[in-house]
Amino acid sequence: MDIILDGIRKAFYLLFTFDAEVLGITWFSLKVSGTATFISLFIGMSVGTAVALTQFPGRRFVVSLINTGMALPPVVVGLFVTIFLWRNGPLGFMEILYTPAAMIIAQAIIATPIVTGISLAAMQQLPKKLRLQILALGATRLQMVRILIREARLPLLAAVMAGFGGVISEVGASIMVGGNIKGYTRVLTTATVMETSRGNFDIAIALGIVLLIFAYMINLVLTQIQQRERPR
Amino acid sequence: MTIENVILEARNLKVIRGGSLLVDVPSLQIREGETLSLIGPNGAGKTTLLQALSYLMRPSAGDILFRGEKVSAGYATLDYRRKLAMVFQEPLLFDTTVSENVASGLKIRGLGSGMIKQVVTKQLNRFGIGHLWDRSARTLSGGEAQRTSLARAFAIKPEILFLDEPFASLDPPTREAIIVDLGKAIAETGTTTAIATHDRNEALRLSDRIAMMDEGKIVQIGSPSDVMNRPVSEGVAAFVGIETILQGRVRERKRGSVIVDVNGKEIEAVGDFEAGANVALCIRPENVTLSLPPAASATSARNVFRGRINRITPLGLVVKIEMACGFPLVAYVTENAVEDLGLREGKDVTAQFKATAIHIIRKGST
Repeated sequence: MDIILDGIRKAFYLLFTFDAEVLGITWFSLKVSGTATFISLFIGMSVGTAVALTQFPGRRFVVSLINTGMALPPVVVGLFVTIFLWRNGPLGFMEILYTPAAMIIAQAIIATPIVTGISLAAMQQLPKKLRLQILALGATRLQMVRILIREARLPLLAAVMAGFGGVISEVGASIMVGGNIKGYTRVLTTATVMETSRGNFDIAIALGIVLLIFAYMINLVLTQIQQRERPR
Repeated sequence: MTIENVILEARNLKVIRGGSLLVDVPSLQIREGETLSLIGPNGAGKTTLLQALSYLMRPSAGDILFRGEKVSAGYATLDYRRKLAMVFQEPLLFDTTVSENVASGLKIRGLGSGMIKQVVTKQLNRFGIGHLWDRSARTLSGGEAQRTSLARAFAIKPEILFLDEPFASLDPPTREAIIVDLGKAIAETGTTTAIATHDRNEALRLSDRIAMMDEGKIVQIGSPSDVMNRPVSEGVAAFVGIETILQGRVRERKRGSVIVDVNGKEIEAVGDFEAGANVALCIRPENVTLSLPPAASATSARNVFRGRINRITPLGLVVKIEMACGFPLVAYVTENAVEDLGLREGKDVTAQFKATAIHIIRKGST
């Protein structure tokens, strides 16, 4: 029992004294996962909106692909990104394996289907007739899409949160393509794995608490969004 | 009618979806400033026709002409859509404040904020919701939401207003109040209006003309009294509230009227049909009067029948009396009359209706 209590005590000490290492890792994690989420937002929201608002042959197949992508195992993404970025791989010339750039790419690949899938659902949840109503108000197609995105802004925020939640907490891809290099590609999850294996439970628990706080905040916002009602 | 006062015209309009013909309207003209109701049962094509007329749904064939110019050829679809407004059964408000909702059509048109504020204020007051300016649309009652939707439609000063079952999901008192305000708004602005409704009473109250639709076609169009009292078919007759429709054959042609044989009973009706013609007689329940069985002398009069009451159904203001007098007959009487005459199921009564109160539909002769 001592090992846990002691670990937790030391963890809070590290957190409240703003330990440089913990703070640095947290800040770096936010940067990598934030950038990856931002990229996935661009791609995911555009694709999700486009698929939601158009009819084309094979649409069901595309939707099923997106939904499958939402459950993409990070380890598999890590594997393929590593292969592509390997020295003599197809994109080896870029020489970005074991850099933050590689982590951002891997995390963006994980987050994009999540953001796409939830955006698609968010846009489809809007009443079908809302589109007709917007057109009847004299909107151009572009104005209509803008208004629809504004109407779906809260579920779309949920997409962002889910995407961010997915990548900030994943470890497989980050460790494979980033390499957990201290002060360079070390993030909350990869550091937790390493410190745990070394038996440094205090710092591992501190990092774990930070991750839990992120998870809690994300879910708090998601719950708020889910409990809201749409106007008639 | 001159061509100038036709604001919207449909020619050979067809809407086909999934292989079925939803709308088939060879010709429809909406006159400037009039209110036209499309009535008919669910699935008659009212909504589809409105959406095709407003070009929210591309017709499969035929043309829409706005002020004589073809929409989509002479008239860009967007330009046309900016001249109309549409209100649906669901208010379909945006997730923002009431005033922002009413302003949305004006914002889409890029109007200045001073102008927008002025128009929004006026429309909110017109529909009695000025106090809801800052309220979130999410917190509105059904009636308030539909008022907001109507204010949003009137804010853009549409040249033609389409209403698709706008009151169908409101409770009766709210519906009543909104119909009054809408009628006033239409009259004050002189807005040309096309309204789809399955409620014939709504249609009667708001319209200059009524078009009855069935299976995608306009089966009758005319003044409210025309459609209500002189339906062209039994289907229309049943929809407009004619409870008694009797099959018969003309036995004798007189001057201005005919004697029709219905189940061996003779009914006199005003009309000009040759003997032997198969006809349907339409008798509105409001036009049948009941009395207690009379002295023998009175029964020799035309269109007086003795019968027995089968069923009495209270309908609120009136009571529906279903009776058999050699043929089934339905009468509406007041509650007072029920009491005064001591009407009850199984009782014998005398029913009477005027020859002029019967509308005759020809069914082809044999």
